[in-house]
Amino acid sequence: MDKVAIAGYGITKFTKDDSKIESVLLNSSRNLFRNSPNLTQKDIDAVLVSSNNNSKYLSAILSEISGIQPKIAHTVESLCNSGTNSIVAGYSYIASGLADCVLVSGAERYDSPGQILEWDKFRGEFKHPIFWASIFSKAYKQKYSIKDEDLALVSVKNHKQSINNPNALSQKEYSISDVLNSKKLTDDLRLLDCSRPCTGGASILLTSEEVCKNFTDSPVWITGIGQKTTSASFTKNLTFDNMESTKNAAIRALQMSKHSVADVDVMELHDAFSVCEPMALDSLGMTQEGKGMDMVKEVYETENTKINPRGGIIGSGHPLGATGIAQTIEITQQLQSVAGKRQVDNAKIGLVHNMSAASTSSTVLVLEN
Amino acid sequence: MNFESELKKGNLVISECIDCKKITWPPSEFCNQCLKETSWRKCSDLGKIIEFSKQNDIYFGIIQFENSIRIMGKIISGNPEVGKTVQVVECGVSDSEYVLKMKVVEE
Repeated sequence: MDKVAIAGYGITKFTKDDSKIESVLLNSSRNLFRNSPNLTQKDIDAVLVSSNNNSKYLSAILSEISGIQPKIAHTVESLCNSGTNSIVAGYSYIASGLADCVLVSGAERYDSPGQILEWDKFRGEFKHPIFWASIFSKAYKQKYSIKDEDLALVSVKNHKQSINNPNALSQKEYSISDVLNSKKLTDDLRLLDCSRPCTGGASILLTSEEVCKNFTDSPVWITGIGQKTTSASFTKNLTFDNMESTKNAAIRALQMSKHSVADVDVMELHDAFSVCEPMALDSLGMTQEGKGMDMVKEVYETENTKINPRGGIIGSGHPLGATGIAQTIEITQQLQSVAGKRQVDNAKIGLVHNMSAASTSSTVLVLEN
Repeated sequence: MNFESELKKGNLVISECIDCKKITWPPSEFCNQCLKETSWRKCSDLGKIIEFSKQNDIYFGIIQFENSIRIMGKIISGNPEVGKTVQVVECGVSDSEYVLKMKVVEE
């Protein structure tokens, strides 16, 4: 099986702009071409688009407006982990020998239809994601004796870290009391505990080992992949204080990379809501069950930015189809030591955790330089 | 007959396999274990609170029925606690959304 490299990337600023989805896709792809001077349209074998937008055949449209005539072109849609799932699809084309060079582009608008799940009717009138997040928060707090002010630290940390991310939606710091005093959505969730939908795009160039040297001197390798889908309905989660699909995906991604969780130097976690960060740390095996919040406190107090250095989803914003790709770009930049003010010292092994539909599906990637 | 048409009449029904007797949830014409046909039957109106929270003055929670299926709905009276029994007081379809209202059964 061929090795697969990340050989280039491009991203847009995440905003509340009312841009056309096609423009958002093209903008991050143009940035990718600008960052990869040796890359031409003819080099690209496959164009994969990650989006929950209702527009059809966006990969053909992106190919047309960017002057590419790919062998393979299609959309990948799986709600909030569409981004990493499209990277896995691109990886598979290269590893199988069907393609050498794949453009993966994710984009979403602030009003994405991916935020409400029509299938999951058994949430009744409680379909909005804030309700599953409230149930997760309540269950996690209860089980591990964690308080609202503890969870608020996730939001404080990630908003603070997003200040150094010029593409982030949020450029403002908040205190614990700001989070606790922000609008109360339910008894277990405040407005500042939530990531926000936004408009944004992120593109990545995947290549075979042989081709990557044409485009970059510092490739980053995808060495571990784990995916798991347990169901399509929130209430089918067996428990509400951990992420079963994440546990499963993490074990397999780490096994494939031949690393242990302790080897990971830097990670982007799917903090759609504050509670998701400590839960993800538990479920990935970074900490013992219920100790995720201790790890968040420790990194915050020691000014260690290895968890969500770009500000995570809470700080950066959540353009669903672009999120997993933006997370992967961040880890790529960290492993190339080009993350500027966000740089984590001596990062060699990185991890991406991207999930969807109230953690009923998770994707975990391990990256190495 | 199907789940939604029955719910519109105020009946909570579940799909049970005619062959292996397993309950498929979300409700379906076919069993998700053996893929044979299912039949509809009335669901118990007593459920157990798995988890709950509160928005404004209204409690909402995940309720498990027949040790198997789980639905989110409103708990409109009583003091909810995880593990307590609730009874369905109203179910139906409103603006194409499923509505489930329950009360806590104090023991």
